[in-house]
Amino acid sequence: MNVTATLIGQMIVFSILVWFVKSVLWEPMLKVLEDRKGRIADGLAAAEKGKHEEELARKHALDELKKAKAEAAEIVAQGQKRAAEIVDEAKNAAIEEAGRVKVAAQADIEQEVSRARETLRTQVSALAVAGAEKILGKEIDAKAHAKALDELAAQI
Amino acid sequence: MSESNAPAISSPVEYIQHHLTNWSVGVEHGEQVKIVDFSVFHVDVFLFSVLLAGLLAFFAWKIGKNLNPDKPTGAQNVAETIVEFVNQQVKDIFPNADGLIGPLAITIFMWVLLMNSMDFLPVDLLPALFGGVASLFGADPHHVYLKVVPTTNLDTTFGLALSVFALIIFYNIKHKGVWGYIKQFLFHPFGPYLMPVNIVMTAIEEVAKPVSLGLRLFGNMFAGELLFLLIALLAFSVWAMPAQIALGTLWAIFHMLVVPLQAFIFMLLTIVYLGLASQSAEDH
Repeated sequence: MNVTATLIGQMIVFSILVWFVKSVLWEPMLKVLEDRKGRIADGLAAAEKGKHEEELARKHALDELKKAKAEAAEIVAQGQKRAAEIVDEAKNAAIEEAGRVKVAAQADIEQEVSRARETLRTQVSALAVAGAEKILGKEIDAKAHAKALDELAAQI
Repeated sequence: MSESNAPAISSPVEYIQHHLTNWSVGVEHGEQVKIVDFSVFHVDVFLFSVLLAGLLAFFAWKIGKNLNPDKPTGAQNVAETIVEFVNQQVKDIFPNADGLIGPLAITIFMWVLLMNSMDFLPVDLLPALFGGVASLFGADPHHVYLKVVPTTNLDTTFGLALSVFALIIFYNIKHKGVWGYIKQFLFHPFGPYLMPVNIVMTAIEEVAKPVSLGLRLFGNMFAGELLFLLIALLAFSVWAMPAQIALGTLWAIFHMLVVPLQAFIFMLLTIVYLGLASQSAEDH
């Protein structure tokens, strides 16, 4: 329990130790810690920014998607409209065609009827002559009764 | 401990005195050292404090050399924790500290912690070993002294306290100027009309700083050491051994609190005193 020359030694050791710790550990380590703090802050800021950008991108993507959907719906609607039009056109064309075919068929039928009538007309006189010949038992001169035969044929 | 049992049993006073005597040069065996005697040098105190300072310096150098900024490992993590802890203390107490305060504080903390921790070694381990080695060279082991805890010695604690005191004066003069520092003695705390009282009061206040720093650490560590010695004395009988073990364990556990606490208090008060010294006169 006394103060001796060791005191001076301890003070010198202490001073050297302080200087040594300061230069080899304290200052380099504080620098490292400071740098790391800065880097962490930068990293966090970058992450925040990235998050914000991601948010923006997501919103943008959502907008795009909505727009695309609207466009698609419009295209589908147009397509449906066009399809209906085509169907209508086809139907009209078919009706028209059908009408035309019917008209042609009726014309044909009339033609056939008149032709048949014509044929019948030509043959009726011969049939009448042949019938009369059988009834009378003698030949009849068709030319002499041409007028009566023609009248008969005209009745058909 | 068994090597020292015999003297402990036969003469407890001699056992304790033997343990409380330094390995010194400049003093004859049995001679009482005066309270202040600069012709004496305590070899053990200096040896252990320098060894621990060397250990501290080695680790500081080793860690400082291998600093990895992004992937701190093992020792660096520990060092970073301590550095940040001390730095936080400095920032809290002494906001505009210059570059010296931090290293000063961490050096005080770690060095005092290491020196105090020598208390955890069994009280007889190193002295008995040293005595045994010395007796091989023909010395009388009873006249071979070794105190292993440097902070149980006033030289160490006052070495630190006076270094801090020198810095207190330095920082006072740096921030207040010589005249400002003198003015503090003249006009503080009672104003210009009680100048003589002021001088005495401020002088006591200033001197009390290093004295309390040095004595507090010394007192705590010396008392702790003494108690370990008294507990070691219980080895007088096999029947007292359980008590010795129980008390020794208890005291060691309690001492684990005291050792870092005293180191921390020394560091904290150093920062506080230097922070006070750096306030300009207007702050008072």
